[in-house]
Amino acid sequence: MTFWERIYFPAILNGMRITFGHLFRRKTTVQYPEVKREFSDIYRGKHVLKRDDEGRERCTACGLCAVACPAEAITMVAAERKPGEEHLYREEKYATVYEINMLRCIFCGDCEEACPKEAIFLTKEIVKSEYERGKFIYGKAELVEPSDPARRIDISKRQTPEVLAFKKNKKFKHNK
Amino acid sequence: MFTQYIFHFLSIMALFSAVMVLASKKPIHSVLFLTLTFFSIAGHYVLLNAQFLAVVHVIVYAGAIMVLFLFTVMLLNLNHDERSPKPMWVNIMAFIAGGMLMLTLIGIFRGYDIQSAQDPMTTQIGLVKNLGKILYHDYLIPFELSSVLFLTAMVGAVLLGKKEQI
Amino acid sequence: MLASFILVLSLLVAMYSTLIERKVAGWFQDRHGPNRAGPWGLLQPLADGAKLFFKEEFMPLSADKFLYILGPSLTMFIALLTSAAIPWGPDLIINGAAYPLQVADVNIGILYVFAILSIGVYGIMIGGWASNNKYALLGAVRASSQMISYELAMSLSIITIVMMTGSLSMREIVAQQQGFNWNIIYQPLGFLIFLICAFAETNRAPFDLPECETELVGGYHTEYSSMKLGFYLFAEYINMFISGAVMATLFLGGYHFPGLDKLGLSPNVFAFVSFMVLFTKITLFGFIYMWIRWTLPRFRYDQLMKLGWKSLIPLAILNVVVTGVVILLNQ
Repeated sequence: MTFWERIYFPAILNGMRITFGHLFRRKTTVQYPEVKREFSDIYRGKHVLKRDDEGRERCTACGLCAVACPAEAITMVAAERKPGEEHLYREEKYATVYEINMLRCIFCGDCEEACPKEAIFLTKEIVKSEYERGKFIYGKAELVEPSDPARRIDISKRQTPEVLAFKKNKKFKHNK
Repeated sequence: MFTQYIFHFLSIMALFSAVMVLASKKPIHSVLFLTLTFFSIAGHYVLLNAQFLAVVHVIVYAGAIMVLFLFTVMLLNLNHDERSPKPMWVNIMAFIAGGMLMLTLIGIFRGYDIQSAQDPMTTQIGLVKNLGKILYHDYLIPFELSSVLFLTAMVGAVLLGKKEQI
Repeated sequence: MLASFILVLSLLVAMYSTLIERKVAGWFQDRHGPNRAGPWGLLQPLADGAKLFFKEEFMPLSADKFLYILGPSLTMFIALLTSAAIPWGPDLIINGAAYPLQVADVNIGILYVFAILSIGVYGIMIGGWASNNKYALLGAVRASSQMISYELAMSLSIITIVMMTGSLSMREIVAQQQGFNWNIIYQPLGFLIFLICAFAETNRAPFDLPECETELVGGYHTEYSSMKLGFYLFAEYINMFISGAVMATLFLGGYHFPGLDKLGLSPNVFAFVSFMVLFTKITLFGFIYMWIRWTLPRFRYDQLMKLGWKSLIPLAILNVVVTGVVILLNQ
């Protein structure tokens, strides 16, 4: 190092110049309760179990999502559809219990990719904080979307034609 | 009258803390009591109208030397139960030496006429201007010699601090 | 009267320095800083103070009880002492009598300030030792050696001012800097050395080794909680304020500002404006303290000692010699 570098003074002044410049920069803080951060349209938050157009649950409890899940957060119990339940479940087999442990879930979206029935999707909603661990295991009550058409959850941003084409050509690699 | 009270207060504090330097069990407490002694002596200087001496006393003794003492004692972390008991003859020698010092002091103060002492407020010798004039006119050679002495001590300390190759 | 005013002022300034410090830190990092308590976060210091009061008073079981309490009290006490010797403005004229805006015009004002500075380390050392914790002890040991090392260079840099002024009185030093005759113009090196040493003496970054969070977990105040901790933190800001005042007085002309005395203001308004000038200068120093803190990383211990003993002290001695020669030649 030369003498000029060794007295460090120019370097210190330069550093101070840089920090002083930051005083006048635009602040990056998002003032939370008043301003909320914009979520991306394809944000991967809390899951939803979709119903079809007639309000029937799409899920057929095939278990592909559970197999695809890298965090092993999904469990389900399957049951056969009884006569007279056709307005509730679209397929002949359905899930009586469908649980996602939100503490284990890493929100990767693999379940959505694996689903052959377009039943599970990730939404812009975020998982609320709780005081007990047990409350993080979401059952069907929390996951299935309301059947009221006005309160259906829009997932069209996550189900573009490109996504559908990709899913069609994948040939269900988990079944190999 | 007011200064009388302050004088008594400072004297009692100085004597008490000086005794506590010896009496306290923990070395840190001893050091802190010694600092307190220095502060009360600095107070005495102020009473004698020698502010410069008082402040320098605080800077040098309380501010520098005692801090170094404290520093060393903290690093050594002395515990009082680890000290080995001293042999009897050391105690006797210490008693004789201390007794002789006390006798000398008593002798000095017996021969000293208290009434002849000047009123400190009239002498003004402790003020920095007068003190500087005296130090640099009347006592220039001793003053400079003492600074040379300090320089020698510093060089010696540096030499001792260097580990090898002297 | 003036003494209590200055006492309250120091405490108030220290309180709001905590807010300004956090605000400035935020701005330097492209954030807003605290802005929830009151408008622009103006009530934040009150909230912080209330929080400190209601925190649990904790005392380590093996602590030295008396010294543990003495430490922070002493730190606070000593921090508040220095302001007595600083001339805060020209004389106030009330009913024809002049009242100097200085608590005690001692003829050895500079030495008084240095005496207080030199015993300032006791609070830290006592507190650090009394809490019986190795981090606290290390912080205390560091504080003492750092303070002693930098006091030397600091005093040496001041000697040049004393040589030029020919007086140890703060009032006299300020009086000689009337107009734009500031000491910083004649003593830039001395000012720089003093500034660096002031950072070290107030334990501010980049010399905050006695309390560094990363390696000593807070250093000497590791074991402190509640208002005892508050005293330590508070004393640091008071020290910043006072050292800024000392620097403004010694180097930046105190309460003088060029052209201010020619405006023809009435004495009391003039005194007030002069006080505000001094206060602005102190605020400037406060900002520089924070600016440096959020720019430079902390020094390593050996670098600190090297800088103090091998650079600052020789430079300060050189400064003294050069100043002496110049004064001799000008006679």
